[in-house]
Amino acid sequence: MKLFQRLVPWILLAVALFILPAALDDFRLNLFGRYFALAITALAIDLIWGYTGLLSLGQGIFFSLGGYAVAMYLMLNTKSLAGGNGIPKFFENYGVAELPFFWKPFWSPVFTLIAIWVIPAVVAGLVGWLIFRNRIKGVYFSIITQAALMVFFHFFNGQQKLFDGTNGLKTSTSELFGQLVGSPDMQVVFYRLTVILLPLAFLVCRYFTTGRFGDALIAIRDDESRFRFAGFNPVPFKTIVFLVAGALCGISGALYTVQSGIVSPQYMSISFSIEMVIWVAVGGRGTLVGPIIGATVVNYLRSLVSEALPEAWLFVQGALFIFVVVLMPDGIYGWVTNGGLRSLLAAFGIAKKATTYPRLDEEALPVD
Amino acid sequence: MELFFSQILDGLSIGSVLLLAATGLAIVFGLMGVINLAHGEFMMLGAYVTYVVQSVFKPMGGVIFQLYFPVSLVLAFIVTGLIGVLLERTLIRQLYGRPLETLLATWGVSLILIQLIRSVSTAMMLGIIVGVAAGLLVSKLLRAKFSLKPFFTYLNGLGWALSIVIGLIAVNVFDQVRPLAKPWFGPRNIDVTAPKWLQGSWGMIGTIELPGLRIFIILLSALLLLATYWFLNKSVWGLRIRAVTQNRQMSNCLGIPTDRVDSITFGIGSGLAGVAGCAITLLGSVGPNLGAAYIVSCFMVIVLGGVGNLLGTVIAAMLLGIIQSVIGSGTLLTIFPDMPAAARGVTEFFATTSMSLVLVFIFIIVFLQFRPNGMFPQKGRSVDA
Repeated sequence: MKLFQRLVPWILLAVALFILPAALDDFRLNLFGRYFALAITALAIDLIWGYTGLLSLGQGIFFSLGGYAVAMYLMLNTKSLAGGNGIPKFFENYGVAELPFFWKPFWSPVFTLIAIWVIPAVVAGLVGWLIFRNRIKGVYFSIITQAALMVFFHFFNGQQKLFDGTNGLKTSTSELFGQLVGSPDMQVVFYRLTVILLPLAFLVCRYFTTGRFGDALIAIRDDESRFRFAGFNPVPFKTIVFLVAGALCGISGALYTVQSGIVSPQYMSISFSIEMVIWVAVGGRGTLVGPIIGATVVNYLRSLVSEALPEAWLFVQGALFIFVVVLMPDGIYGWVTNGGLRSLLAAFGIAKKATTYPRLDEEALPVD
Repeated sequence: MELFFSQILDGLSIGSVLLLAATGLAIVFGLMGVINLAHGEFMMLGAYVTYVVQSVFKPMGGVIFQLYFPVSLVLAFIVTGLIGVLLERTLIRQLYGRPLETLLATWGVSLILIQLIRSVSTAMMLGIIVGVAAGLLVSKLLRAKFSLKPFFTYLNGLGWALSIVIGLIAVNVFDQVRPLAKPWFGPRNIDVTAPKWLQGSWGMIGTIELPGLRIFIILLSALLLLATYWFLNKSVWGLRIRAVTQNRQMSNCLGIPTDRVDSITFGIGSGLAGVAGCAITLLGSVGPNLGAAYIVSCFMVIVLGGVGNLLGTVIAAMLLGIIQSVIGSGTLLTIFPDMPAAARGVTEFFATTSMSLVLVFIFIIVFLQFRPNGMFPQKGRSVDA
C-alpha cells in the first residue's frame, strides 16, 4: 500500500504525459493543457491564501504580465506579423513608428524566458511590500489588490499604442522555431511542457510550505499579531511568499497564453481573478493537491456546462461559490482527507463510526 | 475658469453617485464587517425596478407619468431592501465573523443576479417558485420523519438537490409555452428616460448653467446621507445598530435582538444601493453588468475615507469624483495652456476616463502608504482595530 502511494504521482504524471495525448483529440488535449496551466495559478493562490491567509484578488495582474511577455516575444519574432518597420503590424494602426522602449529586450528569447517570471515577481514583491509594511491585512488587502488589478486593467486596456488595448496580443498566428504556435504539433509540445512544469510548481510550493518557513506562514495565517509579539517581523515572510506566488502566476499565464492563442486585458478582469480563488476553495485550501484538483475540475465543469448550456454557467458558478463557502469550507480534497466520506457513509450506517469517546457518543444520542 | 467650475460641478455629481452607492456599502461593511460584492448588483436591481415602474407608468401619460421617478425611488428602496433582508437571513447569517468568506459568497450571489436579470422570463420565475416550494415541502416532510436520524443533513441536501431538478424540469416545461418563454429584459442595456422636470437647466449661477439632472443627484445624495445619519444617530434602531457594532455579545445580553438588527442593517444598506441604481438610470442606459463598474470604486471610497465613518466617505467620494472629472476630461490643459512640456505630457497621458481611474487608484494606494486606515481611522484599543 505504501509503495502504491509513492507510485501514485508518477503514474498520474505518466498518464498525463503519454496516455492523454494519445487518447484525446487535439481540441480536448489543448483544453487539458490550459487547465493544468491554470492549476499552477491555483497553486500560487493556495500558497498565499491557503497557507498565509492573504486573499489576493489581483493575481490576474501577474498572470497577464507573464502572458504579455511571451506574446510580445512571439509577435516580435514572427516575420509574417511584422509591418513595414519590422515591428508588429498593430503598432502601425496607431501610428507608432518605433517599438516602445520597454518592449525592446523582448527580441531576445533568453530575456523573455527570464522575464516571464521575474517581471511578475518584481511587481508582486513591490506591491506586496508596499501593502504589508503598512500592516494592511485581511479584507483591506483583498480590496487593495483588487484596486491594483483595476489599475493594470485600465492601463493595458486604455493604451492601444503600447499594448493594442482591448484586442490584446494574438499568439496563435505567430511562429516559434519556424512552426505556427497554434498548430496541433506545437500545442502538444506546450501541453507536455505544462505537464512537466506543474509538478515542479508543486515542488516549489512544497518547499515553501514545509519546514520553518512554512511554519511561519501558517503562524501568520492563524494569528499574525501573536506572531509579531513573539518577536518575528511578518513583512519579509509575506513579501517573499507573495513574490513567489507572483512568479508562479507569471509562468502559468505564459503557458496559458500560448495554449489559448491570445492574451488580452480580459485576463485582468475582476471576475477572472476571483474565479482563480474559487478553484482553490473548491479543491481544498491549505493542501497542495487540492488546488490542482480544483482548477482541473472547475474548469472542466465550465467547459462541459458552457458547451451544453452557455447561459447556465454563471448560475452554476455562483452556486458553486456559495456551496463551497457555506457547506464545504475545506474543499473536495480537504473533505475527503478530513474523513468527510467516512462520516457520510457512517451516517447511513454503511461504514463504522469513528469514535474517540464511545460512551460520550452513545449518551449524546437522544433516547426515545 | 467657468470651464473649471463646471468641471468641479461635474466632479461633484460623479462624486454624489459614488457617495450614493458607497453609503449603503459603508453601512454594511463598516457596521457589520460584511464585504458585500453583490452591492453593485443591488444597484442594478434598483435600476431595473425603475425601468419596470417607468414601463407601468408610461401608458398613463401626462402628469402621472412625470411622477414615476419619486415612486420608483421608493419602490427601488423597498424591493432591493427586501431582497437584501432575504439574502441576509439565508446566506450572510451563516458567515458572520468570516469577512473573506462573505466576499466569496456574495460574489457568487452577484453572478447569479447578473445572469438572472439577463435570462429571467415568466417561465423561469414560475420554475423557481415551483423548485423552492418543492424544496420547502420535501424538507418539511423529511424533518417530520427523519429529523433525529444521523443522516438527516445529507438527506435534506439530497431533497434540495431533487427540488432543484424539479425546478429545472418545470422551467423547461413552462418554456414550451411561447408567451411565457420571452425574457423580461434580456442581456441588452435598457433605457430610462428622465422625467421632463429633470431635463434641461435649473437656472444659472453667474454664467454657469445648472443642469437639472446633476443638481438633482447631488441633492438626492445629500438628502439620503442626512437621512442615514439621522437614522443611525437619533433613532432607536440606529442606537441598537451602533450598540451591536461596538459589542455584539453585550448587546445581546442587554436584550437587543441582534439578529433583527443584522437584518435591518443589511436591508437598509441594500435599499440604499437600490436608490443609487435608480439615480444611475438618469445618467445613461443601464445593463446587467452595471455593478462591476461601481463596486471597486465604492470600496476605494470607503477605505480612503476610513471604514465606518460617514464624513470620511463623503469627502473621499467627492475627492475621487472631482479628480476623475478634472483630470479625465483634460480640463487642466485648457486652464493652464502654458505648463511645462513634461507636466503637459503626463497630463495628456492621463486625460481619458479609464486613465484617470488609473491615476485615482494609484493615488489611493499611495495615500494609504501614509494613512493606512484612511482619512478618519477608527480608534480602538484592540490590536486589529
